[in-house]
Amino acid sequence: MKLFRFRGGVHPAEQKTTRQLPIRPLPLPTRLYLPLQMHIGAPAVPVVGVGDQVLKGQLLARAPSAVSAPVHASTSGVIEAIDEFTAPHPSGLPVRTIVLRSDGEDRWSESVVPIDPFRLSPTEIAQRVGEAGIVGMGGAAFPAAVKLQLGDRNRIHTLIINGGECEPYLTCDDRLMQERPEAVIDGVRLMLRALQCQRALIAVEANKPEAQQALRRACKELSEVQVIEVPSRYPMGSEKQMIQTVTGLEVPAGKLAAEIGVMVHNVATSYAVYQALRHGRPLISRIVTVSGGALREPTNLEVPLGTLVEELIKHCGGFKETPARQLLGGPMMGTALPHQQVPIVKGSNGVLALSAAETGLAPHAQPCIRCGRCAQACPIGLLPMELASRARHGKLDAALDLGLLDCIGCGSCSYTCPAAIPLTQYFNFAKGELARQREEQQKGERTRALAQARQLRLEREAEAKRLAAAKRKAEREAKKRAEAAAQQEKV
Amino acid sequence: MIAIVMLALLGFALGLALGVASKRFKVESDPLVEEVSALLPGTNCGQCGFAGCPTAAEKLVKGEASVDFCPPGGKALAEALAEKLGVDFDASGMADGPPKLARINEALCIGCVKCFRECPTDAIVGAPKQIHAVMWNACTGCGKCVDVCPTMCLEMFVPETGLAQWRWPKPVESVAKAA
Repeated sequence: MKLFRFRGGVHPAEQKTTRQLPIRPLPLPTRLYLPLQMHIGAPAVPVVGVGDQVLKGQLLARAPSAVSAPVHASTSGVIEAIDEFTAPHPSGLPVRTIVLRSDGEDRWSESVVPIDPFRLSPTEIAQRVGEAGIVGMGGAAFPAAVKLQLGDRNRIHTLIINGGECEPYLTCDDRLMQERPEAVIDGVRLMLRALQCQRALIAVEANKPEAQQALRRACKELSEVQVIEVPSRYPMGSEKQMIQTVTGLEVPAGKLAAEIGVMVHNVATSYAVYQALRHGRPLISRIVTVSGGALREPTNLEVPLGTLVEELIKHCGGFKETPARQLLGGPMMGTALPHQQVPIVKGSNGVLALSAAETGLAPHAQPCIRCGRCAQACPIGLLPMELASRARHGKLDAALDLGLLDCIGCGSCSYTCPAAIPLTQYFNFAKGELARQREEQQKGERTRALAQARQLRLEREAEAKRLAAAKRKAEREAKKRAEAAAQQEKV
Repeated sequence: MIAIVMLALLGFALGLALGVASKRFKVESDPLVEEVSALLPGTNCGQCGFAGCPTAAEKLVKGEASVDFCPPGGKALAEALAEKLGVDFDASGMADGPPKLARINEALCIGCVKCFRECPTDAIVGAPKQIHAVMWNACTGCGKCVDVCPTMCLEMFVPETGLAQWRWPKPVESVAKAA
């Protein structure tokens, strides 16, 4: 199959030391911390109370709106608290979290499984995916059902299954494809049915030959699913770059991939869809790569959602040296952990403890020497050095004109910058600042409208009062006249 | 009789003169004032010390007020005004904190309706002898309600930053100076 190329990109050292290590289940921890917001969209609303006994897979919190995802119990046990707890988020701010104490029995709740999920209608498949709490598991955590429903409005001609896993260190998707290829392919076929689409391409980077082989073996008989090898180049796993590589189509700025007839889902999402529709199991666990030079025994673990990072590190034998940096996610786009008491959520694909040798001593940022390497590396074709200088001086409009909102935050520019300028951080800052300004403006417009409405109401009330007074006066005078007339008649 | 006629004539003449003058020498209101006025919150809260937003807009255009005069408008408004008026203004020194909001202590509220009569954006809801509440998405933090509350149950507070409000900080500038 003919492949295309996306511009720019980088090739960091792969460091995929765990790619030959099989997935091991993590022993059940005593307490699980399930944040009500593990996805993009509205936070889930609890349907259980403190002290309730729950079974594995039972619904704990429902999705309040279309763009949201429910939360299920990762094991059986008792709800110990519903309280604020540190979120797996760069801010380290607390978020509402359900604390579940395991009873050690790990008893499943009963669920209804369709005899043949392929006899369900596309809408029913999407609905079940939504009910199972499945979100994009490559890291973005966008509710999968919302994307599957887009098949109604847009004709999707190609479903791309993202097995890129271009971030260094991470091997969780690689292991999943190697060990459970049949399940992944079954999930892909179910998604094809949900989208009423005829063609699925599983794109796997060239550095995962075993995974490609396993998948090819599993889909030998299927004409609609095809496995293709894509070059190993960061950020291959980014939606837009993946689409461009595989189809040659470019997603227009500010548009969705579905609008050009393509949809991308992660291999882990596909596996979750299989679990939900074949076995009636909601998304309550995921595969996580625990790696990094500071760790004693790096490995791939299947972890119940809500497990603290601390438990994973402990299971991997702890540290052999003090880590210079601890990350949730990959080294390119992951976020620094504030501490280890942070739960694993639906979008967490890796826990990294990097040694000082791996991170390198972060040098002070030097002045930009206009070498242009960042512009060469940018997969979107932006000018990072120009954008950063606008962001630094708060010239957000100028940054917008330079395409700030098209930045995918992949970090390729920061990676190549010889002056160690924190480019990506500047873009994150500028995007946040823009969002804040937009919110303030919206609030300003709303309050202005309210103030005007109030002014009008006050005027209306005053007018009504004046009219009423005039009416009363007229009545009084009429009465007086009538009385006077009556008196005259008497006289 | 003569006096009456004279006064009547005088009245006529002066009236005519005034009428003509008002037509001839009509002062067009400055369109810039109106544009600036449209940017302001329009709540006439009076925190700036001027008599309402339109007056403040006039003062601004005349250059008698600084663009950062409006507390509810904050940094965003100051920047917008500076751009509209073409003034050089460095907003980086302004406090970037989220605007304050009003909060009712329900244990003290007696339902007197004074605060929600005062609120310029109708952000307070309630009824006589019922506990009132502030709708925070409409509250501009002008603080007018605090002044009228007879039981001092209203207070201004800075809302806590949650995940939804959190934004990436600006990278710390530690650019080493070239030797």
